[in-house]
Amino acid sequence: MSVLVDRTDLSLKYTAHYTEVKDELFANSSDILNAQRKKAFQNFVLQGIPTRKNENYKYTNLNLAFTPDFKFIHTREEKKADMGEVFRCDVPQLNTNLALVFNGWFYKNETEKGDLPEGVILDSLDSISKERPELLEKYASLANVEEDPMVALNTAFAKDGFFLYVPKNVVVENPIQIINLLQDEKDTFATQRNFILVEDGAKVQVLLCDHTLNLNQYLNNSVTEIFAGNNAEVEFYTLQNQHNKATNINSVFIDQQRDSRVTTHTASLHGGLIRNNLKFALNGENAEANMFGMAFMDKNQHVDNFTQVIHAAPHCESNQLYKNVLHEKSSGAFAGRIHVVRDAQKTNAFQRNNNLLLTDEATMQTKPQLIIDADDVKCSHGATVGQIDEEALFYLRARGINEDQARLMMMNAFAHEVVKEIKLEPLRDRIDELVDKRLKGEVSRCHDCAYQCDC
Amino acid sequence: MLKIKDLYASVEGMEILKGINLEVKPGEVHAIMGPNGSGKSTLANVLAGKEEYEVTHGEVIYEGEDLLEKSPEDRAKDGIFLSFQYPVEIPGVPMVNFLKTSVNAHRKHKGLKELTAGEFLKLMREKMDLVDMHTKLTNRSVNEGFSGGEKKKNEIFQMALLEPKLAILDETDSGLDIDALKTVANGVNALKSPERATIVVTHYQRLLDYIVPDFVHILYKGKIVKTAGKELALHLEEKGYDWIKSENGN
Repeated sequence: MSVLVDRTDLSLKYTAHYTEVKDELFANSSDILNAQRKKAFQNFVLQGIPTRKNENYKYTNLNLAFTPDFKFIHTREEKKADMGEVFRCDVPQLNTNLALVFNGWFYKNETEKGDLPEGVILDSLDSISKERPELLEKYASLANVEEDPMVALNTAFAKDGFFLYVPKNVVVENPIQIINLLQDEKDTFATQRNFILVEDGAKVQVLLCDHTLNLNQYLNNSVTEIFAGNNAEVEFYTLQNQHNKATNINSVFIDQQRDSRVTTHTASLHGGLIRNNLKFALNGENAEANMFGMAFMDKNQHVDNFTQVIHAAPHCESNQLYKNVLHEKSSGAFAGRIHVVRDAQKTNAFQRNNNLLLTDEATMQTKPQLIIDADDVKCSHGATVGQIDEEALFYLRARGINEDQARLMMMNAFAHEVVKEIKLEPLRDRIDELVDKRLKGEVSRCHDCAYQCDC
Repeated sequence: MLKIKDLYASVEGMEILKGINLEVKPGEVHAIMGPNGSGKSTLANVLAGKEEYEVTHGEVIYEGEDLLEKSPEDRAKDGIFLSFQYPVEIPGVPMVNFLKTSVNAHRKHKGLKELTAGEFLKLMREKMDLVDMHTKLTNRSVNEGFSGGEKKKNEIFQMALLEPKLAILDETDSGLDIDALKTVANGVNALKSPERATIVVTHYQRLLDYIVPDFVHILYKGKIVKTAGKELALHLEEKGYDWIKSENGN
C-alpha cells in the first residue's frame, strides 16, 4: 500500500507543478503547442508516472529518477555554455551542420554558417511554430498522449526543441549534428520537443549527441516526431553519453510514406537510466525501416529499449538489431512489438536482440511480441542472452593475446555487427573508437568539451 | 626443451592423465598415438594451458621453467603453439586484426619492434603461399565459414607466422583429404629446424608418412605404454590398437 501512496505522491508533485506554472507555460508559446497542453496534462494526471504495473514499463523503475526536487526551465535562458567550446564538439571529417539544444532549448550556431541547401530549415521549434505554423500541422499527431504518460508529460511541458524541415526533393549532403547538453547548477528536469519533416524525395542524415556537463541530477524527457514523405530517406543517429545521475527518457515516433527509407541508430554509451521508446508507423507501400541499437552499461546503469513497428501498408520491410553489453550490476531490457495489420500483405519484419552479460550480477529482460493480422507475411524474431565464449577466448590467448585484450576483441566483435551498419563512415570510425574506449573502461569523451567527471 | 614428469590431470573431476613422462629435445618430432579417449587431446590442451584441465600431480618444465605456472598467452609467447583439433569460429574478429595482434604480441615479448600494417601484410602474404592460403579467407572473421580443411590450413598458416619453438599438432590430420594433408604437412616440414620441436598428436598413421617422427609414443588410459621409432606407427596401422589394449589388461 505504501508503494501506491509514494507513487501517487510522486505524480502529484508533477501535476502540482504544472498547475503552478501553467500561465508561464502558455505565455509566449504558439497556439500549436498550447492547443495540445491541456489534453496532454489531463492524460498525464490519468496515467501518472508509470510504475512496473504498466506493462510497457515493466522492466524500468522510474521512481527514483522522478524523486529529486528538480528545477524546471520553462523560459529561454541566456546561453551559459561557451559556444565556441561546445561547437568544437564535432565528429572529425564529418563536416556537419551544427546546432545546440541546451537544457531542452534550441540555440542557433551563430559562429558558423553551415551549408544547408536553400529551403532547409534548422531552427527552434518555439519560433517556427509561431512563424511558420503551416509546417507544424502534424504536430503531436504521432506522439500519442493517451498511450504513454511520459509523452503526455512532455507535451504538457513542451516549449522548445529543434525543428528540421527538408523540402521536396532536396538532398542535404552534409549531416546535421545536434548537440544536446544538460548543464545547470541545480538538479534539472529538461523537456525537449523535436520535429522533423522530410518531404517527398528529400534526403537527410541527423546525428544527435546527448551529454551532461556537470555532476548534478538530470532528467531529460524528450519527444521527437519524424515524418518521411514518399521516397524520402532519413538516417537518424542518437549517441547517448551522459553520466550515472542522468535519466534519459527518449521517445521517437516515425511516420513513413510510400517508398521511404528510415534508419535509426541508438548508441547508448553512458547514462544512469536510459529508456528509448521508438515507434515506427509504415503507412505507405514499399517503405523500409531499419532500427539498430547498442548499449554498453556498467555499475548500476539501466537501459531499456522499447520498440514498436506498425506495418500498416503492404510490401514493407522492417529490420531490428539490438545488442547490449552489460557489465557489473547493470541491467537491460528490450521489448519489441511488431504489429502487421490486416491487408499489410507481403510484409517482411525481422527482429533480433543479442545480449552479452559480463558478470553474474548483470541482468537482461528481453521480450519480443508479434501481432499478425495479415496472412501473407514473413516475420521472425530471435533473442539471446549469453556470456563471452570461453572457447574463443582460449583460442585467442593460445595465440599470445593477453586475456584483457582478448576479451576486448570479443566484445568489440559483438558490438561491431551493429557499428558496421552505420553508413556515415567518419561517424562509424568515431563510434568504433568510442566503443573501444568504453569497453576498455575509459571514459569515452566524444568531444573536447569539459567532460570532467568519470562517474 | 620440454620435460614432462609424472603428470596427472583431470577434467570435471575425472582423471584423464595418469602419470605421463616425456622428454622432447630441440629438433625432434614426437608422435603421440593412441585409441580414442586415451588422453591425447587432454595432454595437448594441458600443455597449452586450457583452464578446465586441472593438473593434480607432476610437473612440466619448458626451457628450464615451470610451464604450468604460466598463462596460455605467456606459453604462446614463449614459443608453444597448439594447432587446435577444432579451431574456433570467432565472428566479428577479422582475421587480419587477429593475426597482427598475435604476431605483434610475440614480437613485443621478444623485444622486437611491432610491425606496421604494411609490414605485417607483407609478412602475411609470404606465409600465405606456404600453405596455399587464400585472401578470400584472410578477409573474413577468424575461421568463420571455413571448411574443415580450411580451418586446419589456417592453423598451420598461423604457425608459419608465429614460428614457434614447440608446435603441438592436435589431430591436425582429421577431416583432411589427401591433398590438404600434403599441404599441411609441407607447411609443418618447412618450419623444421634443429632448434624447433614438434609433437604430432594423431589417431592414424597417415600423417606420419609426411611428417616423419623420430619417436612414436602410444598413450593408453592416460599413460604412455610404449615408445619406439617410426616403425611403431606402421605396426599400429597394421594391427590396430587391440593388441595394445590386450597387452595392458583390457
